[in-house]
Amino acid sequence: MLLRYTFQRILMTIPVSIAISVVIFMIVRLLPGDPIDNLIRVGSSPEARANLVAKFGLDQSLISQYATWVGAMFRGDFGDAIVLRRPVADLIAQNLPYSLNLGALAFLFSSVFGMILGTVSATTRNPIVERFVRGFILLGSTVPGFWLALLLILLFSVHLGWFPVSGARGWESLVLPVITIGFGGIALVARVTRVALMDAGREDFVTLLHAKGLSRSTILWRHLLPHAMLPVVTILALRIGWILGGAVTVEFVFGRPGLGSLLIRALGQRDYPVVQGCLLMLALAVMLGTLIGDVAQAAMDPRIREAKS
Amino acid sequence: MTGTVSTKRNMAARSFDAFARMSIGRAFGSVMGKVAGGFIILLVLTAFFAPLIAPFDYAAQDLANGNSPPGWPHLLGTDEFGRDVLSRVIYGARTSLSVSGTAIAISMTVGMTLGAAAGYFGGFFERAVMTVVDLTWSFPDILIALIFVAIIGPGLTSTTFAIAIAYLAQFTRLTRAQIVRLKRETFIEATINLGAKPAHILLKHLMPNAIAPVIVVGMLAIGDGIVLEATLGFFGLGAQPPTPSWGAMMSSGTAQLFLSPWVIIFPGIVVAVTVIAVNLFGDELIRALDIRDRLRGA
Repeated sequence: MLLRYTFQRILMTIPVSIAISVVIFMIVRLLPGDPIDNLIRVGSSPEARANLVAKFGLDQSLISQYATWVGAMFRGDFGDAIVLRRPVADLIAQNLPYSLNLGALAFLFSSVFGMILGTVSATTRNPIVERFVRGFILLGSTVPGFWLALLLILLFSVHLGWFPVSGARGWESLVLPVITIGFGGIALVARVTRVALMDAGREDFVTLLHAKGLSRSTILWRHLLPHAMLPVVTILALRIGWILGGAVTVEFVFGRPGLGSLLIRALGQRDYPVVQGCLLMLALAVMLGTLIGDVAQAAMDPRIREAKS
Repeated sequence: MTGTVSTKRNMAARSFDAFARMSIGRAFGSVMGKVAGGFIILLVLTAFFAPLIAPFDYAAQDLANGNSPPGWPHLLGTDEFGRDVLSRVIYGARTSLSVSGTAIAISMTVGMTLGAAAGYFGGFFERAVMTVVDLTWSFPDILIALIFVAIIGPGLTSTTFAIAIAYLAQFTRLTRAQIVRLKRETFIEATINLGAKPAHILLKHLMPNAIAPVIVVGMLAIGDGIVLEATLGFFGLGAQPPTPSWGAMMSSGTAQLFLSPWVIIFPGIVVAVTVIAVNLFGDELIRALDIRDRLRGA
């Protein structure tokens, strides 16, 4: 049953990927001017231009151009970067591991601390803890990520000198970026965990467990938390996309290599082959994230499998 | 006959007005609502009367007094070109509020139209609209905005449209959910049976009942829009110099991070406080209008 759901869910990503790739393909065609000028260095020889026209089939219809482009992508050919003068595929392969590292750590960090904070605030019923968590949630969901990053740099790198200001050497350089991206995530996960736990606590079966004489901690660990995990997993799956979005900003501020800083720099330099490659990779990552999240959810809750298959 | 119909319509309109005014009044009732709402009003007034309030010209350079710390006469210090940070923050409110406000207004109008049409007519149109909406829904807003900026290039116009597109899915989904829910109500069935036309039902009966949650979400989205505008500005993809914008100020400030941190700290505080105020006031509005459940459904 789960296998069938997973298979159907994978099939659903096909039209979505086609739609996304069309949008990204169209970027260069929608720009004012000749698409060749946006894909090649200024002052390139007529032969180089002719090569590009032949390679992308720029003298043919849009649909066959798109087919050529997607075909090249499948062979790992993303074109050549205009400013950096290297194959875009190389640039992506070089930068992707940094982004994945940062994203995975930030995801882990925000999930673990968010769940702990949410559980503490739902179970202690202490008004001070409650107020602290609510304030934290509000701050985490409103403070712009890049500003938080700058403040952390000011405090921990400039004044205290604990962590490097920028770069990606060693684990020390990961601490501040992970905290910055994870901050908003902790708040979100904490809020969802808190609400889910409190909702679950009101269910009849919990009253029954209390009546049976089970201890509070047994009820929490064995019954409430597993029950409350479903909405948390849903929000965590959505977080994967947001973490990637946050990584784009934070990488740029900390001057870390990664898809995000590559994309922002390329946008500033109008290096469109790089822009297209980065956007495509980020979009695929978001899609893969939601796919994993949906399957995890279906594995936990039979009702979802039933409803969609 | 016509007389009674028009008075009835007037009464309906008036009662909706009164309802809206009452709930805004109620949102101002609590301490939190007063503080947050008061701050928002103050900020809008500041943006509007910026030329009268700002102590200096936002573009006037004074290289001799560059990077001077907060004090007199530059209350919040100066940046590397000796421009007054306070004046630039005050003028920046204009940029931020107008860009985010315009973007959300566009987004809300288009989203409400699409969502209402999708919810009311259903069928193929609904499926087509919702497929596209769900597609953008799963993407982080910054990524959608960056795709858009990639197409029309950096600047305030593209920032406005990028923000509008990034939040379109939210309004479409919410409006559609409201309309689908309302369509099942008995009074709509009665109106249909009385022979009312779709336009009449949509505009006079469905929208007035569906609009409250959309407006509240719109207000919250203005806060998100301000953050997105600041982020794009920070990347150098939004407002171009010398236009003062909170994000762009922080962007040029990073080069002088060690020398004059106030150039970054103050615009950031203003962004954060503004967004927090918008969120708190939005919460009060949700409570006053009693629509928490209806927001959760979408």
